[in-house]
Amino acid sequence: MADVNRGKRPLSPFMIGPHYRPQITSVMSIANRITGVFMTLGAVMIVWWFAAAATGPESFARADGFLTHWFIVIFIWLPLLLSFWYHFVNGMRHLMWDTGYGMTLPDVYTSGYITLAATALLSLFTLVFALF
Amino acid sequence: MSQQNTDFRTPRARAAGLGSAKDGVHHWWNQRVTAIALIPLGILFVFPFVNALGQPHAEVIEIYQSPWNAIVAVLFLGVTALHLQQGLQVVIEDYVHSKPLLTAALLVNIGFCWVLGLVGVFAVLRIALAG
Repeated sequence: MADVNRGKRPLSPFMIGPHYRPQITSVMSIANRITGVFMTLGAVMIVWWFAAAATGPESFARADGFLTHWFIVIFIWLPLLLSFWYHFVNGMRHLMWDTGYGMTLPDVYTSGYITLAATALLSLFTLVFALF
Repeated sequence: MSQQNTDFRTPRARAAGLGSAKDGVHHWWNQRVTAIALIPLGILFVFPFVNALGQPHAEVIEIYQSPWNAIVAVLFLGVTALHLQQGLQVVIEDYVHSKPLLTAALLVNIGFCWVLGLVGVFAVLRIALAG
């Protein structure tokens, strides 16, 4: 029987949500990409900070005043910190998969939960390190 | 599929280089190289950095005048720029479907990442070598 919806069916990334229950596998996969793209902003902020510090005290004061404003710290640096460790740990998960290990569904779930726990712990540790 | 072949090249020669990946595993491999390099560099960079962020100018200069911190920062910013270029390229290739727009986006990406990396490396070196 001919498929009447052929060519009109929703395709992969747009399946998640309205047509397909979000799962740790798909959500963690797209999260790797989202955190990576988001950290482009972090790279720009870090380079701006270094460039301002290299230029002199006046330009550093200007950059520092913006970059260490509480609003930026809470809504940009904190998500950047979580993104950094998530992308870091999940990247190592990908490197493990590249060697052929951990490809079964139970293993993928186990490494997924380990990645989330490690992200939380490393972020918390870094935060404590930064504040004290 | 009986198309008249007016081309003297073989079908194999016409197809070469037009596959989905176009350049084999070269890009994939390079992305793994920078990813693996960023495991130690990320750890070594992030802790002095979160310590330095928010400190006064003189303290920041002192931290990055340490040769160790400066070398780590130079390597981290350089390799990060490469990894960023490789990662953003894959995202662009996946989501930009118009050929002219794709070419333009890939060129902008390469330029952006190189400028970002070189400005970062230059800034750290200037701090470290200012004496």
